[in-house]
Amino acid sequence: MRKYASVRTFRDQISFLLDRKAFTFHVISLLILGVIFLISAGMGEQFFSPWEAFNIILGNGSSFESLIVQSFRMPRILISIMVGISLAVAGAILQAILRNPLASPDVIGITGGASVAVVLFLAIFSNGSNALTVSIHWMPLAAFIGATIIAILLYLLAWKNGLSSFRLVLIGIGLWALTKALTNLLMIIGPIHQAAQANVWITGSVYGANWSNVQILAPITIVLILIAFIMTRHLNIQELGEDIALGVGARIERQRLGLLLLSTALIGSSVAFAGGIGFVGLMAPHIARKLVGSSFGNLLPLSAIIGAILVLLADTIGRTFFLPIEVPAGVFTAAIGAPYFIYLLYRQRNA
Amino acid sequence: MVLHRVKSKLFGLIIGVLLLILFNFLSIILGYTDITIQTAIDAFTNFNGSNEHIIIQDVRLPRALIATAVGASLGVAGALLQALTRNPLASPDILGFNAGASFSIVVALMLFSVSSLQATTWIAFFGATIAGLLVYFLGSIGRDGMTPIKMTLAGAAIAALFGSLTQGLLVLDETALDQVLFWMSGSVQGRKLEILLAVLPYLVIGLIIAISISNKINILTMGEDVARGLGQRTLFVKLITGIAVILLAGGSVAIAGPIGFIGIVVPHVVKSFAGNDYRWIIPYCGIVGGIFLLMADIGARYVLMPEEVPVGIMTALVGTPFFIYIARKGGKLA
Repeated sequence: MRKYASVRTFRDQISFLLDRKAFTFHVISLLILGVIFLISAGMGEQFFSPWEAFNIILGNGSSFESLIVQSFRMPRILISIMVGISLAVAGAILQAILRNPLASPDVIGITGGASVAVVLFLAIFSNGSNALTVSIHWMPLAAFIGATIIAILLYLLAWKNGLSSFRLVLIGIGLWALTKALTNLLMIIGPIHQAAQANVWITGSVYGANWSNVQILAPITIVLILIAFIMTRHLNIQELGEDIALGVGARIERQRLGLLLLSTALIGSSVAFAGGIGFVGLMAPHIARKLVGSSFGNLLPLSAIIGAILVLLADTIGRTFFLPIEVPAGVFTAAIGAPYFIYLLYRQRNA
Repeated sequence: MVLHRVKSKLFGLIIGVLLLILFNFLSIILGYTDITIQTAIDAFTNFNGSNEHIIIQDVRLPRALIATAVGASLGVAGALLQALTRNPLASPDILGFNAGASFSIVVALMLFSVSSLQATTWIAFFGATIAGLLVYFLGSIGRDGMTPIKMTLAGAAIAALFGSLTQGLLVLDETALDQVLFWMSGSVQGRKLEILLAVLPYLVIGLIIAISISNKINILTMGEDVARGLGQRTLFVKLITGIAVILLAGGSVAIAGPIGFIGIVVPHVVKSFAGNDYRWIIPYCGIVGGIFLLMADIGARYVLMPEEVPVGIMTALVGTPFFIYIARKGGKLA
């Protein structure tokens, strides 16, 4: 079998080479995602088999069944998937522009920046009865601004005759500690019941997702992901390193800034709805890179799917295994992700 | 300005001690309840059971003493760690000690409902040791041995791991969160004097070890090879240093929760005026650390009056810019 299949359609208007192996991985991972999707829709205090769940989603269930699946579980599942996609793509982009495999958005403080912004947003715009005084639509924007501020700070502080990725990671860790302190501060100032909620949220949970959240997040995610896919070729060039990228005529500074903003937007939107689900942005691109190599045309979509699988799986386990208690998805992703990070560190020991 | 002569260093040390006493005093009289100097003195010389006197004896005094002890221990622990790892960014919190101790204490509180002070202290030592060893091991693998970046990354990863596990446990039990949240941000407030007394022996032993091995540390900082060439049993010295660090850092966490960045900031400040001789650095770090934490704690009372900010947050807010500054300098020793 040849490695590539050529695809030509519309009288050769569109033609491209398809990496067979990568294509297979995409199909398989999509299938896995689909299976987990159905299992997740069926799991919970009210159990349905995946096949039943499938039927209920299609609308062939009783009104009670469709209430559970359609109104309670579906938004949660969809949010998990979108958050996973956003975090994974953002992580892949960051790893490319920072040229550092350890650049996970959480460890370098970008997620933390978004968290601070959201907690601040909740603190400023909540009234006495704990209800928001402005539309929740603004929350992703706040998170985006927070993430962007930290990203720009990071970039400026790490800049010293060029960008050393070591310095960048070190300074990122410093900013991470700073954002953690700020979030704690805001939580302690606020009323204690808010602190408990905020704690769940900061750990990263899609608890309490509803359709209106989906309506806000879906368009943002779709647009941002489309932009990311269009920028793929810039990513490929960025990864070659500054000199080569300049040599082939890329406007690297501008592209880098654009890509950085894109990834903070992705992180911001997901943090706004799911809190700091950690290490997905680190793991998903790495797993994908192992499977299909580092060309972003394949890497980006595959890490998106893997990210979705990770978050959906973590959330499904978190809400079902310890019933009636819910464990935030972020606990699981960090419990797997931190050792993975250590493993990467170990692998990089001679770098 | 670097103090060169022994006499001027000694003089500086005396000034430091006086400042430390001054700040202890300020810590007693400043705060939400204003207390005059006369009342403060009366509270000790002729106690009359009034509100102010009770506040001074039961709240302010323990708080000032705890801040002094914790600050001094963390400062010295930081200096020892930076010498031991030859990493200017090393400090108990960056290397995951705090996260490990916090995690083990939360586990002990929630799963085994341990509440005795002695037990908590030992559990904190245990957690800090495990985390510290993990980070040390992870940071020193590889061909080029221990590098600041590897150690810091390993510390961050371990801290993230223990942090998320702690948070997961706390989510399972919201009432425990109430108790632990304030402690987890690091605070010297609301601790009784007994807590300090229970842990004080460990801190004192740690300090004594630190001072008595300071000349050996001087040799160790020249590098492993040089030290060995000069006939030092480096492994032994490192081990003793490690024990001192664990006693100091673990003890502090057990009293006050994770208070970050003192261990980074203080040794750097000290080195800028006391030179590179650890026989001076260590006592100076103790004094400056105490002053620093007292100052941060006094500041924490005023930032959001009448609410109190945990002092750990204050030190993090002050310390992170400093950390970033050192990282920007390329991790070179000051």
